[in-house]
Amino acid sequence: MSGLIEVQNLTLQFRTDEGLITAVDDVSFSVDKGEVMGLVGESGSGKSVTAKSLMHLNAQNAVYTPESKITLHTDDGPVDVLSLKTPRELNVVRGGAISMIFQEPMASFAPAITIGKQMVEQLLLHSDMSKAQCKEVSVEMLDRVGISDAGKRFNQYAFELSGGMRQRAMIAMALSTKPRLLIADEPTTALDVTIQAQVIDLMKDLVTEFGMGIIFITHDLGVVAQTADKVNVMYLGRMIEEGPVREVIKNPKHPYTQGLLAALPKLEDLDASLTPVPGDIPSPLERPSGCVFNTRCSQVVGDQCMSQLPRDVKVDPTHHVACHIYSEAAE
Amino acid sequence: MTNTLIKAEGLSVGYQIGSGIFQKQILKAVDNVTIEIENGSFFGLVGESGSGKTTLGMALLKAAPITSGGAHYSDGEVEYDLENISKDELKDYRKRAQLIFQDPYAALSPRMTVRDIIAEPLEVMGITKSRQETDNRVREIADKCRLNLEHLRRFPHAFSGGQRQRISIARALVSAPKFIVADESVAALDVSIQADVLNLLKQIQDEMGLTFLFISHDLSVVAHTCDHVAVMYLGRLVETAPTRQLFAAPRHPYTKALFSAIPSLDPDDRGKAQKLEGEIPSPTNQPSGCKFHTRCPHAIDVCKRDEPQLQGDGSGHEVSCHRWKELMEAIPA
Repeated sequence: MSGLIEVQNLTLQFRTDEGLITAVDDVSFSVDKGEVMGLVGESGSGKSVTAKSLMHLNAQNAVYTPESKITLHTDDGPVDVLSLKTPRELNVVRGGAISMIFQEPMASFAPAITIGKQMVEQLLLHSDMSKAQCKEVSVEMLDRVGISDAGKRFNQYAFELSGGMRQRAMIAMALSTKPRLLIADEPTTALDVTIQAQVIDLMKDLVTEFGMGIIFITHDLGVVAQTADKVNVMYLGRMIEEGPVREVIKNPKHPYTQGLLAALPKLEDLDASLTPVPGDIPSPLERPSGCVFNTRCSQVVGDQCMSQLPRDVKVDPTHHVACHIYSEAAE
Repeated sequence: MTNTLIKAEGLSVGYQIGSGIFQKQILKAVDNVTIEIENGSFFGLVGESGSGKTTLGMALLKAAPITSGGAHYSDGEVEYDLENISKDELKDYRKRAQLIFQDPYAALSPRMTVRDIIAEPLEVMGITKSRQETDNRVREIADKCRLNLEHLRRFPHAFSGGQRQRISIARALVSAPKFIVADESVAALDVSIQADVLNLLKQIQDEMGLTFLFISHDLSVVAHTCDHVAVMYLGRLVETAPTRQLFAAPRHPYTKALFSAIPSLDPDDRGKAQKLEGEIPSPTNQPSGCKFHTRCPHAIDVCKRDEPQLQGDGSGHEVSCHRWKELMEAIPA
């Protein structure tokens, strides 16, 4: 088995003045080498928090339950991410085995330091290369992601680059440490469609070339359909559906996934009216009891939706859904 | 009387950049654009960032300086020439033309209650005479935008993105405008909420007989909401047509490339997109001839030399490309 990272029963709460807020609730998934996993959900669904916990990056007030377990498989054997404490230990996952690309590339680069200096700095931290070697690798990487005149760009500042170019530089920087897992948090949301298409192509090429795993966080199902091998849909901290991309998009089971797909404007049928998912995602302070989606669901089947947490049902061996509609059918 | 609400003719917006005699340079954000927006229509404006779509919207609101050409507003009650508009006329125009912003988190003051946010335009423009009248008007508009009385007492931080956008819409509508520029108004929202706000805009347009200029980079959203679409590239209008016609048979290579770059929802459809190389050039250093020739897969010598003009065929479909006819015949859309 070529497992790369396994997340088991991850539950994450934040200690706040208003009490404990549950951001992620009993989430399990795994990513293999060379696999692209799409993590979908609207704002507030906990997708970024989940991704950050893989690098132990959440704020100081985050509390992980004792059952939560994240195992990263490295060349030196498995690492229990949540037990890492000191900065030296954490370096193994932060930027070492796992890299992250953020949504807004302008905010991710320091504005007053050249792109090159930032790339070299992180390479010095994570490898035993000399400064000159680091520079060589960085320029090579910039060239690899399709930045023309890489030697010149190396000495420029983030503001001198266009949006697409900045995102490419960000990808180059994240990949130069040769991570085993890349977390891309809405990497194309701030880009124009034409540039988005270029960046998606680039990321697909890189997966094939480096054989790493990617967790692609996005709310755009079109982007997921074009990039991911499998999809996990999150809502209010819970994983509500997961399966191969073709299955989930062509044959969605959970009412929320169906709603998301129905809300999307489709170019094939301009007459179709847009069907929003009614209401708003509830505040994490007011998590509904029972199924977390029951406040907006149009297919509530009975009292169990209001009182019982739906179990994970396998509609086929790889396609899972957490919804009472299917748990009844299974019994 | 024609049924045109806003007509821009040869409209250009330029900004002077650099200082000193030798470094003076004019950045043309909008270059010689002619459009007609019909009364009661939902007019879409699409293009990449840097194409000048926001600047054009601003110029039509008289919020960006018009350097040449002009724009004419006529709603049946008043007629204004936006180039030479007097101060008093401009005050009146502000009531008639309003803007909805992109980011509902930045557009609302965190220190004002929702009621005050919606009421502010009424008070500033002196539309209502008494507090009672203001309150009534605010309630009426809030109701239209599906905000209840309970919401009016709260502050913006208590609302989700979709609700905030509805507050922004209420604020824009409260002065009973005729013309609304919606600048990327659903771009910051989740898909599940986006559909809701789009439906609301359409419903309001029907009820109040409004005219929308809908600026967006999301073509599928534009396809679903707008009657007429104009595509911009580097400050120029490259194609304009009724929505259906444009989506059925785009003529400009840029429009075609934009369409094919939309990620398909079909996982089996991967890699079929016709990819556009490179990025939009800097507006301070514009290419000669057709502005798109640096990225166009079909560019020939004449494209580098001569700038194409918009040509129509009488059906309202206009395109500025030297080769659109032969390309349509060679590569059917």
